[in-house]
Amino acid sequence: MSDAQTQIPVTVLTGYLGAGKTTLLNRILSENHGRRYAVIVNEFGEIGIDNDLIVESDEEIYEMNNGCVCCTVRGDLIRVVEGLMRRPGRFDAIVVETTGLADPVPVAQTFFMDDDVRSKTKLDAVVALVDAKHLPLRLKDSKEAEDQIAFADVVVLNKTDLVTPEELEKVEATIRAINPAARIHRTERAGVALREVLDRGAFDLSRALENDPQFLEAHDHDHDHDHDHHDHDGHDHHHHDHTSDIHDVTVKSVSLRGGEMDPKKFFPWIEKVTQMEGPNILRLKGIIALKGDDERYVLQGVHMILEGDHQRAWKDGEKHESRLVFIGRDLDEERLRKSFEACQAA
Amino acid sequence: MPTVAPLDLEGHCVAAVFLDNVPHFALADGAVHRLDNGHKTMQANDGLLAAFHDAANDRLITGGEDGKVFAVRPGGEVAELASAGKKWITSVAAGPQGAIAYASGKTAFVRFADGKTKEFAHPRSVEGLAFSPKGMRFGVARYNGATLHFPAAEGKPVELEWAGAHTGITFSPDGAFLITTMQENALHGWKLADGKHMRMSGYPGKVKSLSWSVKGKWLASSGAPAAIVWPFASKDGPMGKAPLELGTRGNTMVTCVACHPSQEVTAIGYEDGMVIAARFADAKEVLLRRPGKGAITSMMWDKEERRIVFGSAAGDCGVIDITA
Repeated sequence: MSDAQTQIPVTVLTGYLGAGKTTLLNRILSENHGRRYAVIVNEFGEIGIDNDLIVESDEEIYEMNNGCVCCTVRGDLIRVVEGLMRRPGRFDAIVVETTGLADPVPVAQTFFMDDDVRSKTKLDAVVALVDAKHLPLRLKDSKEAEDQIAFADVVVLNKTDLVTPEELEKVEATIRAINPAARIHRTERAGVALREVLDRGAFDLSRALENDPQFLEAHDHDHDHDHDHHDHDGHDHHHHDHTSDIHDVTVKSVSLRGGEMDPKKFFPWIEKVTQMEGPNILRLKGIIALKGDDERYVLQGVHMILEGDHQRAWKDGEKHESRLVFIGRDLDEERLRKSFEACQAA
Repeated sequence: MPTVAPLDLEGHCVAAVFLDNVPHFALADGAVHRLDNGHKTMQANDGLLAAFHDAANDRLITGGEDGKVFAVRPGGEVAELASAGKKWITSVAAGPQGAIAYASGKTAFVRFADGKTKEFAHPRSVEGLAFSPKGMRFGVARYNGATLHFPAAEGKPVELEWAGAHTGITFSPDGAFLITTMQENALHGWKLADGKHMRMSGYPGKVKSLSWSVKGKWLASSGAPAAIVWPFASKDGPMGKAPLELGTRGNTMVTCVACHPSQEVTAIGYEDGMVIAARFADAKEVLLRRPGKGAITSMMWDKEERRIVFGSAAGDCGVIDITA
């Protein structure tokens, strides 16, 4: 059913009003990149391009009837994707633009939870556009701005020409504090190379993490930073981070690192964590070394949805190491770390 | 032995119907093909998303990406009935006295035979539309239930609540029951006289095709490896009763059902393109078409109960003659 050859990649574009989504969309639709895009928007609005493949759709969030509050999908997307996929020859990929205040989670979950959508399309990446000047204000007055960054694979830090270098550093540090795994691109007028936002394969288990060295490096570079953030967040003591004013950040990441895992311990543990902590987990990503397994096991998750698969053989000389990152709210770092470490093979 | 007259088309077949006993195939690109002394084609919507066979008026109502509603009549006549702007028309239905209904986003429209149109705004998207067979009444499937409107009269609509996303809707032929398909793998029903709920669940997949048997005694459905056929002959419908499971196959799913016009028999179309007919009384099966290229998306019996027209997701359509 889910033939990777024919699954159409879907890019989700989030970001506040004025962050530059329309500018980026217009570039995607007009630049000569040899690919044809169907674009699903909330309102035709300012897209100045006449194109049959721009579909206006009312954002329609449906809670699934399974008792899980985080199991939400975008009902309108299910219908629009089904309609578009009946004539698949017209386009190579789909871009979904969300409203400024949109929660990115239902959009992403639609591509995992609906069998029809899942069989025909695959989520490629979630791209968040951020207005460098207005982000601090946005973070103060809404949870959505933070969620959009926390959930993103790629953050386009736009309108950098409107802030001083110091302000820019600060904004970028804030983004990093919210989401250490995302790629950040600084731009003016959404001038990011389209290859940096399209066809990323960020949710593709065989590609995810592999082409994302930043995800792995982030642990080392940001480790101390994460710690500061954690203490700060917990209000244990008033420790001020000097590089970033992150008062309004409620999302945090927990990066775990360990040796080879005992599969009999690790899988029940990760299942349990996603079941129990699912509502608090926005994203999780990991590369796991399983004892007695000569292939890398890669994992990714959104709330309670967890996907994992063997990715490739460990290379000669490559360290058999397990790494896991959670991005979410109210995560008990200490408990996650201890229980993760307890899954290590003897 | 049944024979199949194939018609290989390019693209997804949204509706395969008989109009004046001539097989018609409406494709997703908006082309409507017909086998009328040779293969002929006409154009309806620029992107056809929804179609409804208006049996009383022998026409096919279509809605599409172009925001328009067309009526396709026998002989190749295509007439635009309505236009609702740039948004997609995602659902269409036909009702009594030549009325039709169509939906775009959160709004349902009814167009009466005289061309007058009435709008019905909803707080959430209109997912499905159906007219009641009796009186001027239509139902809207929506998030957390269904809404009943009485377009010919003023007054408040009737709200039927049931948590979850309802995506499709049908009335029983006697108007006693309202059934919706849901985003989760289930049907929900209301007995309209007293509002009693009916839950019909246990499907491994979404239910996308429903068909009432003669006099509405049974409701056949897709969404499982067999056609699931619920008994509706008693006054409380299928409550507390097990459905029939007809044409069970191990390796594929039923995607389309079409009940026989006068006998308790249903045609069953599968994901792999196979079509069979199965009798309710003894579950006896007859193979009508071997597997093809795509899932069966639409089927209809002709008035003489001799032929079945079928369409598929891959465009390999055709007409089955069961008497040949």
